[in-house]
Amino acid sequence: MSLVVRDLVVSIDGRRVVDGVSFDVPDGARVGLIGESGSGKSLTALAVLGLLPAGATASGSIRWNDVELIGLPDRALARLRGDEIGIVFQEPRTALNPIRTVGRQIAESVRIHEGLSRKDAAARAIAEAERVRLPDPAALVRRYPHQLSGGQRQRVAIAMALACRPRLLIADEPTTALDVTIQADVLELLRSLVTEDGMSLVFITHDLAVLSQIATHAVVLEDGRVVESGPLTRLLTAPASPVTRGLLRDATATLWRPGGAG
Amino acid sequence: MTRPGWFRRLWALSTGRFGIIVVAAVGLTAVVAMFWTPFDPQHVDVDERWLPPSWPHVLGTDGSGRDILSLLMAGAKTTVWVALGAGLVATALGLVLAALGALTTRWVRESVAVLVDILIAFPVLLIAMMISSVWGGSLWVVIVSVGIGFGVNIARVTRPELRRVLHSDFVLAGRAAGLTPFQNLWRHLLPGVAPVFIVQLSWGMAVAVLAEAGLSYLGFGAPVTEPSWGLLLKDLQAYISVHPLTVVWPGLAITVTVLGLNLLGDGLREATDPTLSRRTAAARIHQPEVIA
Repeated sequence: MSLVVRDLVVSIDGRRVVDGVSFDVPDGARVGLIGESGSGKSLTALAVLGLLPAGATASGSIRWNDVELIGLPDRALARLRGDEIGIVFQEPRTALNPIRTVGRQIAESVRIHEGLSRKDAAARAIAEAERVRLPDPAALVRRYPHQLSGGQRQRVAIAMALACRPRLLIADEPTTALDVTIQADVLELLRSLVTEDGMSLVFITHDLAVLSQIATHAVVLEDGRVVESGPLTRLLTAPASPVTRGLLRDATATLWRPGGAG
Repeated sequence: MTRPGWFRRLWALSTGRFGIIVVAAVGLTAVVAMFWTPFDPQHVDVDERWLPPSWPHVLGTDGSGRDILSLLMAGAKTTVWVALGAGLVATALGLVLAALGALTTRWVRESVAVLVDILIAFPVLLIAMMISSVWGGSLWVVIVSVGIGFGVNIARVTRPELRRVLHSDFVLAGRAAGLTPFQNLWRHLLPGVAPVFIVQLSWGMAVAVLAEAGLSYLGFGAPVTEPSWGLLLKDLQAYISVHPLTVVWPGLAITVTVLGLNLLGDGLREATDPTLSRRTAAARIHQPEVIA
């Protein structure tokens, strides 16, 4: 159950936006992809799922359990998506369908992959909502996304991604759209769910402070290239590249110190 | 769970309620007219011509002594048949064109868009005239020509909407959950364009009722032996200065049916959109937000 990415190139109209990215996610590992916006981290994640936007092409190698994902027909990829590999997107307001109830969306992947009946799926949705610690799950699954708070919506999105117990979760800036206080809750939830289940995690962010709370390893990207990678503790204590040093400075600069004292 | 929900919301709207009642009443009348009308609608009785509303001819009689109520009831069959038929043709054509124009490869998309733009330049009347000049006037001409005319309209409005929904995050999330393109179409794309589509369709069906009346009036639609509101209106209009009251009945039937269809479509759009339903349902479902 491991993900091996080798020399991944994603080009849009001939421009290489991801340029030779390689990294490993062993079973149960929590790996961060970090970089500024436009560094190609989201496209890398979408390439793993075969969900690149129209006009973008991927080459190189993405192996999931020794199965090459690049070039795999969409039907075969669809069987993997949601079942073995789940993804949580950045903006829960747009990632949920506004005209379907929360419960139906949580149970969607279960209904497809496990062929559950409508009734069983509804019961499963309540159980999954409870798992991500949504309040009053039985009533909540009947509501629509606009009736939920931002943090609740992101919990719903996490429940959607995890409903089929995938072996790999890709989280694409899942806390960026949330308030700082709720960020911490969602991070804590993600970490406990991932470690409890022993699944692998690829966490995408531009914030080293966030990443330090959840990942063990990190891959630093700039302009589609890997500039540095290794255990997170080493990146935090002895950053080798200027990019990492910049990210580290940004992460610590946001900490407000009373009285201006260091 | 959701089915009674939207119907209740539709019923709660005054426009929706009016639409339901009118459409149900016309439908019921058409069904009843298949088995029973107060008189034979084509029965001519010269002694009873131009009777005012009275018993037993509740709405009076026309210039040949035919019972106007019976003619209206029999005409409702034609109206329902034309509205449903045209709606079906328009739905099939419109959705297929919209899907081809939104979801396929670039060349097919652009070609379909151009085709739709060309077809939209042909008015329904012109299409009807072309078809009837080849196959003669019949209700099929009305159904097919209004169906094509409005199918193209539906395609034109639904296509960009479909493109918009296609590029929304929840469709990507649906694919990420493992939906195949067809499942995604069924679960996310079509429900996403339903509000726009329903309004167009109800408008198209309303226009079909009008067009049937209009085309029959002009002689492209129902043959004179077929009872139809349009034909009845045409017959009676010739005598409007002598017997003005008789013209009112078919005119009223057409107006109310068209209004009912339009309001039903409007109400359906409002009732099926959960983000709009707050206005009516907020008081009941409001719960204090819990901060996650």
